[in-house]
Amino acid sequence: MGSYLRPTELNEALRALGAQGPRTILAGGTDFYPARVGRAIDDDILDITALPLRGIESAGDHWRIGALTTWSQLAAAPLPPYFDALKAAAREVGGVQIQNAGTLAGNLCNASPAADGVPPLLAMDAEIELASAAGERRVPLAQFVTGNRKTARRADELVTAIRVPKPAAGTQSAFLKLGARRYLVISIVMVAATIEPDGRGQILRARVAVGACSPAAQRLGALESALGGLPIDARLATVACAEHLAQTLTPIDDVRGSAHYRNDAALTLVRRALAGLGAQMATNADRPPNPKGAP
Amino acid sequence: MTSLAPTIALTVNGRAVTVHAPPAARLAHVLRDELGLTGTKIGCDAGDCGACTVLLDGKQVCACLVPVAQAAGRTVTTVEGLAENGQLSALQQAFHRHGAAQCGICTPGMLMAARDLLARNPKPSANEAMDALGGVLCRCTGYRKIVDAVLDAAGANGAAAPAPAAGCAVGARMAKVDGVAKLTGAESYGADGFPDDALHLRVVRSPHHRARFAVGDLKPLRAKYPGLVDILGWRDVPGSNSFGIYPTGKDQPVLAQDEVRYRGEAVLALVGDRHTVYAIRDDEIPIAWTRLEPVMGVAAALGAGAPRVQAAKQGNVLTRGHLAKGNLEHGWRAASFKAEGVFQTSFVEHAYVEPEAGWARRASAGDGPDRIEIHVTTQTPYMDRDEIAHVMGLQKDQVRIVPTACGGGFGGKLDLSVQPLIAIAAWKLGRPVACTYTRPESMAATTKRHPASIRARAACAADGKLTAFEMHADFDTGAYASWGPTVADRVPVHATGPYFVPNVKNTSMAVHTNGPPSGAFRGFGVPQAAIAHEALYDMLAEKAGIDPLEFRLINAIKRGDATATGQVLQHSAGLPQCLVELRPRWAAWRREAEAFNAGSTALKRGVGIACMWYGCGNTSMSNPSTMRIGISREGKVTLYNGCADIGQGSNTIMIQIAADALGIAAERFDYVMGDTDRTADAGKSSASRQTFVSGRATQLAGEDLRRKILRLANAGDGATLALEGSTLAISEGETRRVVDLAALPADRNGDALAGEGTFDPPTQKLDANGQGIPYATYAFAAQIAEVEVDLELGTVTVRRIAAAHDVGRAINPTQVEGQIHGGIAQGLGLALMEEYLPGRTENLHDYLIPTVGDVPEIEVIFVEDPEPLGPFGAKGIGEPALIPTAPAIFGAIHHATGVRMHFAPATPHRVREALVKAGGPR
Repeated sequence: MGSYLRPTELNEALRALGAQGPRTILAGGTDFYPARVGRAIDDDILDITALPLRGIESAGDHWRIGALTTWSQLAAAPLPPYFDALKAAAREVGGVQIQNAGTLAGNLCNASPAADGVPPLLAMDAEIELASAAGERRVPLAQFVTGNRKTARRADELVTAIRVPKPAAGTQSAFLKLGARRYLVISIVMVAATIEPDGRGQILRARVAVGACSPAAQRLGALESALGGLPIDARLATVACAEHLAQTLTPIDDVRGSAHYRNDAALTLVRRALAGLGAQMATNADRPPNPKGAP
Repeated sequence: MTSLAPTIALTVNGRAVTVHAPPAARLAHVLRDELGLTGTKIGCDAGDCGACTVLLDGKQVCACLVPVAQAAGRTVTTVEGLAENGQLSALQQAFHRHGAAQCGICTPGMLMAARDLLARNPKPSANEAMDALGGVLCRCTGYRKIVDAVLDAAGANGAAAPAPAAGCAVGARMAKVDGVAKLTGAESYGADGFPDDALHLRVVRSPHHRARFAVGDLKPLRAKYPGLVDILGWRDVPGSNSFGIYPTGKDQPVLAQDEVRYRGEAVLALVGDRHTVYAIRDDEIPIAWTRLEPVMGVAAALGAGAPRVQAAKQGNVLTRGHLAKGNLEHGWRAASFKAEGVFQTSFVEHAYVEPEAGWARRASAGDGPDRIEIHVTTQTPYMDRDEIAHVMGLQKDQVRIVPTACGGGFGGKLDLSVQPLIAIAAWKLGRPVACTYTRPESMAATTKRHPASIRARAACAADGKLTAFEMHADFDTGAYASWGPTVADRVPVHATGPYFVPNVKNTSMAVHTNGPPSGAFRGFGVPQAAIAHEALYDMLAEKAGIDPLEFRLINAIKRGDATATGQVLQHSAGLPQCLVELRPRWAAWRREAEAFNAGSTALKRGVGIACMWYGCGNTSMSNPSTMRIGISREGKVTLYNGCADIGQGSNTIMIQIAADALGIAAERFDYVMGDTDRTADAGKSSASRQTFVSGRATQLAGEDLRRKILRLANAGDGATLALEGSTLAISEGETRRVVDLAALPADRNGDALAGEGTFDPPTQKLDANGQGIPYATYAFAAQIAEVEVDLELGTVTVRRIAAAHDVGRAINPTQVEGQIHGGIAQGLGLALMEEYLPGRTENLHDYLIPTVGDVPEIEVIFVEDPEPLGPFGAKGIGEPALIPTAPAIFGAIHHATGVRMHFAPATPHRVREALVKAGGPR
């Protein structure tokens, strides 16, 4: 039987990770326990749930999502429409039980190719805050998740927060997830898209990410470039083409779908996300502008 | 090392408790094992099924994913905390009223998820209810009654209707007699009643599909783990190391000897304290494996030079089925239209939420020889008894099976699982031994639905009348025989579907492979065959220019028609009426779908139809049931009920039948379920036979007891009975006679009066051409399904289903609806998502079954064409509900898209590929 630490101070946790060798970090347990069915648990565990890493705060040019924020807490938080994609993902992670226990940071650290949190956060240009006894650092999410079940987190480090930069006013996002049943879906493909408007009805910046079609979810750089400067409406869908995906995605055949199907479905979802977002933002633009100008 | 376990304080159901447990221990295990709160069920230990849902500080969580350390100082509410002062909560009462619990194993999880929702949102919408329940899987109910109950929980409808009066039980929507226990967490399932001093057994299984193996020196392992009491191998089997359903098919070893034939086959059994047996990793056990090329799939097994899966099975063929009627060539020549096709289905997992579990002990029997007593979740206590006697080398009367409540079976708990293992261990060690399969183990080790490869053709005349039908079906029966012969026998009999066809040739073959043993699963191959025949009839209808429903009505088998086996149906053949009932819905739904499609490009709707028939009981084999009813000297009425209630509701149905046959109100009845020492053999809960066969035996038992009472009182048939304490009053007009039960001698059950009934449905052997009377009666049904297909993604959503079923007589309409809903949910899974791949989908997140959001609104229509042999006219419903659903969905996909699916499940990528191949969008 392994040891079990549940510190209340971050320093204590970091000391344990640094000084006493590698530990399995446990938060919501939603990935930890399924990997240990039918066998006695003998890991050396660092339970981080008593650490003060909760809450979502607006801090100047970014939002900071504490590492222990659960999917349910995120979905219930009063946040601007920019977070709609991430909130939609939050409502589709497992069932409510999983959403109440599982954390965003845990989802990123588990680094499943089908992790629901990664595409929306990639489409938000999120960064990961890491802390260790040696200090702190920030890593862009795209560099944090390095492969199937692989991250840039060192064994002595703890993810303390997810940092989301604030976008241009009026930015919105969309998330689409494809599975073979209504609830408890493991994605066959998922797509998240963010459009930052330039205030004149055109795209300032677009970010589109696809999950479950490569070892780690990927942004579609070529498509994002092609979208820049275009007028925001439902016709955005027509911009996306198979080549935009082929450059980046490397889907596999598995029980949930063939590689060919994944490419095909990913393109459909990208187009739908852009069409939906374009139409929605075009409609909103017809309304009087928000005087506060907040996104 | 529990001595090192710290003390953790928490509040459970309003009570402050301290537990001693390792901090990483799952809360679910601590609740059950340390606090005795076994109402929290464990279905997967992986957060996939939601059975262990509890409230943590008021919010629903899977207790299997919560380290008990995180519950410190917090509040936990379990199902045991829902009732207040012994009164069911409004939510529990709503579940009881709606029949929302069938087997009941998911019920605690459902209740807790619903409680969480209702605390925040007392008047939820259906969608909000489904969002809240989306994390709890149910395999029995089809979810509809659960959602209804949650929506109704806020109402002031109160308790379930009172039990019906004497003579009014049959046909009443009586709440389940075991319902309250299922709603409070009191019900005891396979894993809920382990004695404190029980040793635990963990099975070491083959990681390979096919391999030879040699077990090395086990002494170091024993030395390393003092808590390991024994390691059992095949040499420890005291009787015959073989089991199987048929006397000629006992081909599966309890523990493999030198060779394993499928991934998941049992090799060794570790027996010791619970922590130890789960702490030992498989890679610590010295087994030298020599992998052999496995035979996967029927084509490989039948290929030239294919290795033999079992040495004695030449060509890997287990058995063949054959049926021929009329003159097939004549039928083809007479036809105006012909259709043919090839259809394939996959391994399907039963996915009952309760994994296999039980415990055994060696019991001394006074002067006689010792006995083995097995408490286990099972569908068939009497077959278990006989099989255990065979494995143990004991006399049958030395074996006692005490069925626990069963958390779902669907055919999967007809074969032995834990029974022989715990029996051997308990017998050898002289201590109680318990075993619970893990979810991956349950999925890998136990039986599946047979994958089928079916080639079929059918022909009709210009007026639509069928002239010929031919089918050959190959079934992948896996490594061992199990119920393979039943499938091979049943399918030729049923393969035309419920239609009159003058010229028929149906053949089948069960083929061994290195897949998991295919066994019994709701329908025994008939659901697979139905996918084929219904597709062919849609094709013929299209060619003949006849509406698909009318085509079926033209051909529907009816009273006076001969089946493919030449049996002329004399009674209870309500298929034409089922179709007539559906006709207006069919026309309206088709119209609405076509109107929708006119305005939609990516989404298309379609409506499909399918019919089914199903013989109730064993195929041309005796399958009697005997039931007993007693009245004790204290005036207690007991039904000695040998049927295993696996959630389908036989405990309640039999009491309803007994009550009306005897003339005493159902609420006066107590019952004993399946205990082989205390009941008579009522056969197995399979083949849709319990209501029909055991129900009839129950009716006969009630009538027998009533006759005895009337004779005792010298009263006529019209007399009424009343029990007051130990006095039995018999009234007839003004005359009232009294029997003092306490003054009568008691039998071995303590009963002063007792009745018994036996029924064996009359059948006739099939001849070499499959001609004869295989079943005494058949169930019939027709279902229509509406789907919406996303042409770009290939996803299929079922929007609504109407199901018209001829059940003879609905003994309990609520329960019959529940069976139909649940069968439809499984049929939907078969059609759209369920595909077991050995080694790849051995858990409930890779193996998908329908969730609460996948089962549509279902309208149930009863057609009650009474069966004279059945109790009060009733026949079976268990399997029939599932059979037409998949073909109706496939027909609907075709109506929506023009594409016919030939492979089940029609997962999104398969549908999309078929659409693209047919020239669909992009």
